[in-house]
This record gives sequence, C-alpha cells and structure tokens, in this order.
Amino acid sequence: MSDQLLQIKNLDLVLDNKKILDDLTLEVDSGYVCALIGPNGCGKSSLAYTLMGLEGYSPSNGQVLFKDEEITDWSTQSRAQKGMTLAWQEPARFEGVTVRKFLSLGLEGQEKEVTEEKLQWALNEVAINPRKYLDRRVDETLSGGERKRIELASILLMEPDLVILDEPDSGVDVVALNNISDVINDFKEQGTGVVLITHSDEMLDLADEAALICEGEIIRRGEPQRIADYFRDDCLPCEDTECLVEVEDNGTK
Amino acid sequence: MAQNDYQQMVDAYDNAGGDKDIFSNSDVAHLVIEEDEVVGSHLVEGLTVDVDTEENLVKAKIVIEEGQQIEKPVHLCFGVLPEEGLQQIDMDITVEDNAAVEILAHCVFPNAKDVTHKMDAEIKVGDNSEYIYREVHDHGSNGGVEVIANTDIVMQENSLLKTIFNLFEGRAGLIDISYESEIGADSKVEMIAKISGYEDDEIKIEENAELKGANARGLLETRIALQDEAKADILNEMTAYAPGAQGHVDCTEVIKDNAHARAVPVVDVRHPEAKVTHEAAIGSIDSTQLQTLLARGLDEEEASDVIIQGMLRG
Repeated sequence: MSDQLLQIKNLDLVLDNKKILDDLTLEVDSGYVCALIGPNGCGKSSLAYTLMGLEGYSPSNGQVLFKDEEITDWSTQSRAQKGMTLAWQEPARFEGVTVRKFLSLGLEGQEKEVTEEKLQWALNEVAINPRKYLDRRVDETLSGGERKRIELASILLMEPDLVILDEPDSGVDVVALNNISDVINDFKEQGTGVVLITHSDEMLDLADEAALICEGEIIRRGEPQRIADYFRDDCLPCEDTECLVEVEDNGTK
Repeated sequence: MAQNDYQQMVDAYDNAGGDKDIFSNSDVAHLVIEEDEVVGSHLVEGLTVDVDTEENLVKAKIVIEEGQQIEKPVHLCFGVLPEEGLQQIDMDITVEDNAAVEILAHCVFPNAKDVTHKMDAEIKVGDNSEYIYREVHDHGSNGGVEVIANTDIVMQENSLLKTIFNLFEGRAGLIDISYESEIGADSKVEMIAKISGYEDDEIKIEENAELKGANARGLLETRIALQDEAKADILNEMTAYAPGAQGHVDCTEVIKDNAHARAVPVVDVRHPEAKVTHEAAIGSIDSTQLQTLLARGLDEEEASDVIIQGMLRG
C-alpha cells in the first residue's frame, strides 16, 4: 500500500475543445498541504472540480487514485463518502437552510452522529459564535466571508481524509484569514491532506509544497516561497498571453 | 358522530404537524368544519362567528370587532375525512377598524382520493387594522384533492393584510386559487404562496393586487417546486394607480424531470409617482448548491430535497 493519499497520474481535461489540464501528475500525502498557484485561467479550479468529480469535469485521459483506489470515474457523492471534499471559492447560498441544518448535512452524508456539541465546536473553530449563528440561514444575509467560514466548519465536521480548498483566502478580511489559517493547521493535525489553491503569501506559508500550474501543466514544484518567487519574477510576464491552448482535431496542441 | 369527526379532524391536524393542544386552550379561538358540518368551535372576546350549513355548503361570517386585537391566533380547521367528498365554504370575513387578528387555517384531507374543497371568500379590512391568514394544506399522498378557491379582498387605509399559503408535504392534487385585491391608501398587502407538486399535480395561481390608494404597498411572492409530470401556471398581476404606490412581483419555480412551469408577471403602472417591479425565474436546481451537497456525501435525491425544502420554507 502506498503512503500517498492522492495520486494524480497524467491527467488530461478538455472543455469546449480547449485543453484545460495537460498530462498533469501530482501526489498529496496525509497531513500534507500542497499549494497550487498560477495565473487566472491556468486550470487550478478545473483541477479541483475534476478531482471532486463534478459534472462536466471528466478527464479525457489519466487516473486519479485516492487511498490506493482508482476513483477516476466515481461520482462526487462516492468520492465524498470515501473521504474527499471541496470548499468552493464562492460558497453557495442556501435559501431557507439554517447553519445548523447545513452543518448537520456534512455529518449525515458521512453517516456520523449529529450533536449540538459537535456543531458548536466546529463554529467555534472558525470563530463564528454558535449562539448567534446556528439558527441563521445560509443565504444572502451572511457575508461571503461568513459563508466561507461556515463551509469550512461543515468540512471540519466531516473529518475528511482530503480537502480541496479553492482560494479560501479570497474575499475575506484579515481576522477571517487568521481563522482560515488555523483551520488549515487543524486539518494538518487531523492528518487530513490539503490541496490548497491560493494567491496569498500567508496561505503559502502553511503549505509543505507548492506546484505552479501554467496552461494546465505543472511547470515547477518545490518549496512554496521559492515557487511563489519564480511565479512572480519569471512567470507573471506571460499572464497577458493566451493561457489556454487550442486543441487540434487529432488531440495535439 | 360529530364528536368522533371532531376527534378525527383534531388527530388529522396533529398528524399534519399542528399542535392539537390549542383545541383545548380556552384562550385560543377555533372553528372545525368537516365536510358541511361544524364539529367544533370556541370563540374569544372580540370575535363573532355565524355559521349556516346546508348540504355540501357552509356559510361562515366572521367579524373581528372594532378596536379588538385578538391576542392569540384563531385556528380554522377545514377538512374532509372520507376518501370522497365535496366541501364548499362561503366565507365572509370582516376586520373592523382598529382591529387585528391572525388566522391559522389548516386544510386536511388525509385520506382523499376524490375530494373537492371549494372556498369563496370575501375579506374586508377596515382602517388601521391587521389581518394575517396562514393556510397550511395536507392533502395526503394520493393526489386526489381539488382545491378551488376565489378570494376578493378590499382594504381600507393604513392597514396590513398578509396571506401565506403553504403546501410542501405530500401531493398537491389540483390547486386552482385566485385572489383579487384592492388596497387603500397607506395600506400594505403581501400574498405569499409556497407549493410543491409531484406526479401529475397541477397548480394554478392567479393573483391580482390593485394599489388604489396613495402610498399603498404590495408584494406577490410565489415559490413553486415541481417534479415528475407536475404543472404550474402562475399569473401575478399588480397595478399601481396612485402616487407613492409601490409593489413587487416575485415568482421562482424550480423544476425537475418532465415538470412544466409557466410564470407571467404583469406590472401595470398608471401614475408617474408609482413603481412596480418584478422578478421571475424558472429553472433547475442551482448546480453549485447541488454539487456542494454532493461533495458532503448526500445523494442527488437527498440534496435536491434539502434545496427545494429550503426554498419553500425560506
């Protein structure tokens, strides 16, 4: 048995005749934070959606192995039940669904017991006051930052083996950013592997490794700050050029 | 027999999620009608109820007397217990000046296979008054209920009228409801309907609010969730005649499977200082909402149910 939690092997993704992911290979261990950085449109979120098996994100080639089992063709629900989940860059609003219900759903989906103590613990972990928020609704009355933290609380309750965080730092204030950093450290302590998509230096400091993606390919991997420096100094000048590559009928670039 | 029907109605109300203890609370007024028979009633000060019954028809005249603020909601329980039947109710409700009442109406047809419930209502709300009518339906699981309701509303000045029609558990059957309302100066009307339909359920709603008085306000809000072969046809119309009149028409319908939804919001403004806005959206369940719940381990059916129930109960 491999000690690698997640193995992505030679993954290709084509959407609307554009190659979004190109022969992408990556591994993530348990309790390990792998940051994905790169220009907008380079394929970071598409990789997240492909890993989570979202509708419309079926790879045309390659494999995804999770806990030594190939899950490339698995449904999103099956992946979640095996211990993988995703936090969206823009968490959805749920009209009429209370924070209490929303948090409970993650536990119910994992067939875990829902208790008031667990719900309160998870909200406290993301610095949300349970007394004030448990009966509020996950709708437009919550700010984007509050919804992000509540989504993280729901994921903490799931105790996943792997969590994919799509820009958890975007649109949040400094205080919330500190809370999110704490939660990522909580995940590491729980032994949860983290795929962290970010543009933030603060978030990169939490990572064990960073991978720089450009045109759907990983072009550099290594120590996070070194990869971030390379991205800023040598890669960003390319950002104005067309990032996604047209695919010919025969599948070549 | 009547006592037995009364108990069965109370039990049906309880099974539909109500609190049957209210029927033994002397501070709470209630009126229980099974088919064409009044099987239970209790009044409180400030509330008068006159009921005439004839075969398949109940005529009820309800008055909230001037200056009376009925403290606790008045419970009306209508229903048909057998599998087949007709219940026809003519309701005349008057809220006199400076009066207030909240009515909780429970319409229970737990065994219905071929039941028709017809309601013709006239509601008159005086000056400086408040009338809130919450209507919860339980039609059982057979889809054998036809609800045909026509309501005419006239509001005087500086008053509030709010109707809330909820049916989001069990089958709808046929729902065909129509509201016509005239709203006086500085008064506010809100009509909210939240209904789910399954199999071959059919939902027709026509709401018409005429903002006749200066600074009259109106909200027509409809939330419909349909699946299987269910159909909904919603017409919300609001007309503003007077300076400062403002209204909003809002219809959201979510459909799955072969369901068919149609929404027609009509806004008609006849004064340059009046304003009416509208929103109408029909579509499938939001994919980010659905995928978020799938990524928590729920299956698609469970996830859809959470989203639809949230929309209807929100």
